[in-house]
Amino acid sequence: MSLVKLIEFLGSHLRTVVRVCVALLALLVVVDAIPGVVDKEHAHTQAEHWPAFWAVFGFAGCVLIIIVSKWFGHAGIMTREDYYDE
Amino acid sequence: MNDLWIHPSLILIVGAMLLPLIPARAKSGFLLLVPVLVFARTLMMTQGDFGQIEFLVADPANALTLVFGRVDRLSLIFGYIMSLMCVLGTLYGAHVKEDVQHIAAWIYVAGSIGAIYAGDFIVLFLFWEMMAFSSVFLVWFRRRKESPAAGLRYLLVHVAGGLALLAGMVLHCNAQGSWAFNQLDVQHPTAAVYLILIGFMLNAAVPPLHAWLPDAYSEASFNGAVFLSAFTTKTAVYALCRGFPGMEILVLLGVIMALYGVVYAVLENDCRRLLAYHIISQVGYMVAGVGLADPQTSLGQLALNGTCAHAFAHILYKGLLFMGCSSVLYMTGETKFTELGGLWKRMPWTFVFTLIGGLSISAFPLFSGFVSKSMIVSAGFEQHKLWVGFLLMLASVGTFLHTGLKVPYFIWFGKNKPRQEVVDRAADPPWNMMAAMAITAGLCIFIGCYTPYLYSMLPFPVDYHPYTAYHVSETLQVLLFTAVGFFLLVKKLQPEAKISLDLDWPYRMGGRAFRWLASRPVQAVDTLVGELYRLAGLVPLMITARLAGRFDNGVVDGVVDGLASGVRGVGRRLRAAQRGQMQENLMLAFGVAAVLIVVFIWCSSRP
Repeated sequence: MSLVKLIEFLGSHLRTVVRVCVALLALLVVVDAIPGVVDKEHAHTQAEHWPAFWAVFGFAGCVLIIIVSKWFGHAGIMTREDYYDE
Repeated sequence: MNDLWIHPSLILIVGAMLLPLIPARAKSGFLLLVPVLVFARTLMMTQGDFGQIEFLVADPANALTLVFGRVDRLSLIFGYIMSLMCVLGTLYGAHVKEDVQHIAAWIYVAGSIGAIYAGDFIVLFLFWEMMAFSSVFLVWFRRRKESPAAGLRYLLVHVAGGLALLAGMVLHCNAQGSWAFNQLDVQHPTAAVYLILIGFMLNAAVPPLHAWLPDAYSEASFNGAVFLSAFTTKTAVYALCRGFPGMEILVLLGVIMALYGVVYAVLENDCRRLLAYHIISQVGYMVAGVGLADPQTSLGQLALNGTCAHAFAHILYKGLLFMGCSSVLYMTGETKFTELGGLWKRMPWTFVFTLIGGLSISAFPLFSGFVSKSMIVSAGFEQHKLWVGFLLMLASVGTFLHTGLKVPYFIWFGKNKPRQEVVDRAADPPWNMMAAMAITAGLCIFIGCYTPYLYSMLPFPVDYHPYTAYHVSETLQVLLFTAVGFFLLVKKLQPEAKISLDLDWPYRMGGRAFRWLASRPVQAVDTLVGELYRLAGLVPLMITARLAGRFDNGVVDGVVDGLASGVRGVGRRLRAAQRGQMQENLMLAFGVAAVLIVVFIWCSSRP
């Protein structure tokens, strides 16, 4: 099946795939910072005019969510699977 | 207006009743025909009030008109998406042989559609309860040993919510003198309005009234979960749109919901429970949207449009996600991340469809969530509630983190090696399940690419353009850098074979406490009373009995024996005196009676 072959192909060239992705991310941040391409007139706050603001927001938000949730879970919310069994 | 207006729910209910009579050969055709007829019926609807029935006409003072068909732009869009989802859900489960499963699902959908077109509280309540009582079967039909208890918990919670709604509507109608279901006075809410709000909030799974949702949806049958994910919460969103636009507290509750679902999704090991928590999170956007809504202002209209658009898009992509995860359940029998992994080779198309659902819920450009979710976020920003905008963006990060990345990664990739029999069973599911997923996935992309399709159906004219360079750039940055965070921290996200305690704990353990109360303290009191009775009652009784026994043996027996021998002696003498003549005996009896009468008269005549 071609779909499986495609995934296999991407998997076997994982290093290249990662490099291309990193390059695309960098390009995205750079393009976002060019006022002629991305018009930030409709931004709602001053902070949104900083370059890479939303990139940092996404990354920091992701890390924050993982750390806070895991802390919350290990503070006693997560428990054994048969907790409700009798 | 009463001349033959066919209610779409009626088609479903009649179809459900006829289903067992349909011969096996024609069954799959009939299964698709009925939902398609319902969808066609909702497409052909014109606006106005239909299906009006005079009720209690014998008493003109209390006579009222029930409105089964209030058709306006708000009910039209919800009716449209509900009947469309009914077609897709039925197609997904079309190979299920058991008629009752389809009957339960159809009556459930009929309840939802009926509640949407209801013009007054009585009809609304009727269909509202119909939903609760039919959907519980979708949980029971999984037939695990946990299913009856999970279904019963679901039903009890919904009965409680229904009672709050009933109490609220009765108080409200008593005060207003009308049963009509229109926008309520959210500026000066009365106790009645709050009770109605509690009833709606429970069905919308607003914390702290949300725990029934992951509890029941993760226990539902494979196709039951697809139906459940669409109807209950979004019917409640419709009811909130109708009754509570501009209710300030809903903004705060909606934002809390959006983040609450995200936090629990991090901890979750069961993929369908994770999706259930993301229903809470996504409905949070809609609830916040209702709080920001105001039919009179353009920004308020943007929020209400956004709520409807997001409900529409959500029903499709969440249905698609549940179809994907339920396919994994159906084929492998597993839903836990710790039991799955590396299945991409075995079920690649299921992976692609689930990924499309994940990208849609995460609001990736060109997918459906992008054109709907952003309307609500924009409404938050533009109404200068910056905290709403930023916190909803943070929830979007969490959404992509779990539904877009965690679910596909840990089921189809990841380092975990599932058991060999799980791998052997895994394969793409039967054609009808694949077809339902393919159509739903196509719709998710179509909505994202061709905005007029969805925007032209919204209640108010739309002056909103999602595809601006800034919005696309902003979204791509947020989502792609979330992905960076995911792959850097993927070790921390390894699923753990644990469950998370939620607010179903009070009533699950409360039930247990009640039983403990019944078995321990009440039992102890019972034992104590028994013991006291034994000490205070039984022991003295035994002593008395023993004494009585002695008395009985010694005294009574002696007396009785003495009496008996006395009687025998008298009898012997009497026998000698008697010769058995009836006349003599009668004469003796009359004689004694006459003596007694004389004595009596003599006694009573004395002064």
